[in-house]
Amino acid sequence: MADWRGERKARDARIEAGRAHAQGKVVPAGEATALLDAVLKPGDRVCLEGDNQKQADCLARALSQCDPARVHGLHMVQSGIVLPEHLDVFETGIAERLDYSYSGPQGARVAKMLYGGQIKLGAVHTYLELFARYFIDLTPHVALIAGVSADREGNLYTGPNTEDTPTIVEATHFKNGVVIAQVNEIVDKVPRVDIPGDRIDFVVEADTPFFVEPLFTRDPAAMTETQILIAMMAIKGIYAEYGVRRLNHGIGFGTAAIELLLPTYGEKLGLKGEIATHFALNPHPTLIPAIESGWVRQVHCFGSEVGMDRYIRERPDVFFTGADGSLRSNRALCQTAGLYACDMFIGATLQIDLMGHSSTVTQSRVAGFGGAPNMGSDPHGRRHPSDPWMKAGREGQVVGDPALMRGRKLVVQMVETFGEKLVPTFVERLDALELAKKIGLELAPVMIYADDVTHIVTEEGIANLLLCRDADDREQAIRGVAGYTEVGRGRDRAKVEELRARGIIRRPEDLGIEPLDADRSLLAARSIKDLVHWSGGLYEPPARFRNW
Amino acid sequence: MESLTFRHTTKTPLAGSKPQAITGVVASGNLEILLERVLPPDTCEVAIETPVSGYGQVWEAVVADFVARAQPGGLRISINDGGARPDTVSLRLLQGARLMEA
Repeated sequence: MADWRGERKARDARIEAGRAHAQGKVVPAGEATALLDAVLKPGDRVCLEGDNQKQADCLARALSQCDPARVHGLHMVQSGIVLPEHLDVFETGIAERLDYSYSGPQGARVAKMLYGGQIKLGAVHTYLELFARYFIDLTPHVALIAGVSADREGNLYTGPNTEDTPTIVEATHFKNGVVIAQVNEIVDKVPRVDIPGDRIDFVVEADTPFFVEPLFTRDPAAMTETQILIAMMAIKGIYAEYGVRRLNHGIGFGTAAIELLLPTYGEKLGLKGEIATHFALNPHPTLIPAIESGWVRQVHCFGSEVGMDRYIRERPDVFFTGADGSLRSNRALCQTAGLYACDMFIGATLQIDLMGHSSTVTQSRVAGFGGAPNMGSDPHGRRHPSDPWMKAGREGQVVGDPALMRGRKLVVQMVETFGEKLVPTFVERLDALELAKKIGLELAPVMIYADDVTHIVTEEGIANLLLCRDADDREQAIRGVAGYTEVGRGRDRAKVEELRARGIIRRPEDLGIEPLDADRSLLAARSIKDLVHWSGGLYEPPARFRNW
Repeated sequence: MESLTFRHTTKTPLAGSKPQAITGVVASGNLEILLERVLPPDTCEVAIETPVSGYGQVWEAVVADFVARAQPGGLRISINDGGARPDTVSLRLLQGARLMEA
C-alpha cells in the first residue's frame, strides 16, 4: 500500500533528532553544527540563505564545520554565493551540486571551482527563475535562513532586509522541509511577525549579528562628468521622450547620476510629476533628494540598504512599512513588480556585442545574473497598456495588423564606451562565450539578450534599436554610439549619418544638450554628507562612506 | 610611459586671445591639459604622455575629431593623461578650447 506521508514522517524524524540540541525551538550558537549534523542527510537539497545583501552567516559557518563523513553530497539551492563558506563546503565534500543565481564577490572562485570540477553545476538562474524552481523541482529539504529576532515560539522578525526569506520558507515548510533560522536575538515579543512561528522549526541565537552588505550606496563625490552627460541624455532622450513614470534602476553610477539630476536638471526641463514617480528599487541613498523634493511617490524594495532604516521609517507615504514602522521588503514580489508593472529597466553592463547582447561575465569570473534579466526583459505575459509601453510597441512594430500590436518594455543599457583600465565595453564577441566553452556551460551566460534591448546610451549618443529594421541598421547603430572603441572606430560613417537622419542615433546636440554643460554642479548632492543633509540627518551612512 | 605627438593643419585659428590655460586635475583619473597659444594660426599640435601603451590609434582618432570640431589653430596642447578614458580626454580638450576662447 502506498505511503502518502513518507516525506512528512521523514521531516518529523529530522525535527526529533534536532530536538536533542534545542530547548524547545531555541538552539545556542555553539550547538548549531551539532544541530545540522543531526537534521541533515546526505544528498539533501539545502537552501542556505545567501541573499543579495543579508547573509545567514552563522549557519554558513556551522554548515562548513559539519562532519563530511556524516553530511555530504548536499545539493545547494540558494540565490547568492557571497561568503567564502558558501564555497568551502564544496571543497570538503559537504556539498556537491549547486543551483544559484548571483555570485558577485565570489565570481572568480566559482569559475575556478567549476573548471576544476569541484562544483557540479545545475544552472545559473535569474532570481525569479530560481524562486520558481523552489516550488517545482528544487524544493529544499532544509532551509537555513536569517532574521533579526525571534520569540521562543519561532515567530520571526526579518527586519527591513526581508529579501528572499518568505519565499524560501514558503517552499520549504509547506513541502515537508525543515526551517532553521538564525537570529541576532531571542526576544519575548517580536516587533512584527514576518514569518509565523509554526513555519520555523529551530531558532539559533547567532554569536554575531548577521552580515549585510551596503551594495547600493554610490558616493556622489565619485561621479564623473561623463556619467552626468549620459544621465542628461537618458533623462531628455528616453525618460521625457516616452514619459516613463514606472521604472527600475540598476545599481551603477549612471542611474545614481540620474537620481541626483531629477531635482535639478529634470526640474529645469519641467518634468516633475511626468517621469520617475513609481519605482521597483532598493532604497538608494542617492534617491533621497528626489524623494525630498517631491519627485518620487512610491518605492517598493527588494531589500533594504545599510543606513537607510531611520529615513525610511519617517517616510511611510513613499515606502512599504510594517505596523512597527520599519521597511518591509520582498525580493520575489519586487522582481515581479519590476517585470510586470514597470515600463522601463535601465542599467549598466560590462560588455555589449554588435547585436546588443550583453554580459557581465569576464574570462575569469562567473558573476551570475541576479535580477537584471527579470526586469531587463520584455514580459510577454503583460496585458495592461500604458503610454510608454504602447509607444515602444509602435516603434518596434515592423509588420502585422496594428490592431493586434502589443506594447514593449523599454530595456535601456547605459554604459560608458570604455570601462576601468581602458577596457572597451563594446566587443565583437562576448567573453561569456569563451567562458561557457571553457567550463562546459550548455547555455552561454548572457545577461540581457539583444532582442530585449530597446536603447543603448553612451557618452556619444543614444541608439534606438526599436527603430532598426535590419541587422545592418542594428550593427551600425551600436557602432555609431561605441565611441573610440575598436567597434566604434569600425563604423560605416555614411550609414551612421543615415541612421542619425532617421532618428535611430541621436547625438547630444540632436537632443539640445551641450556636453560642456555636464558639470558636477548639476548634481543635487555632491557628497554623502550632502545626502545626510537632504535627509534631515535621518540617513546614517556606514563608516566606510564617511570622511568627515 | 608612451609619448605621442599629433600635428594638424586647421582651417581657422582658434577665436580669442588668451595665451594659456590649464584644465582638469592630474592624478585623479581625470587628466590635466595645458593649452598654449604659441604656434602659427593654422597649426595645432597635441602632445600626449600616457602610462597606458598601445592606444595610439585611439588617441589619433580623439585628436582628429577634436581638431575638426574646435579648429584650434595656434595651440600647442600638452596632455598628461593619467590613464584617463578617451571620452574624458575629448571632454577636457573641448573644455580647454572653450577656456582659450574666453
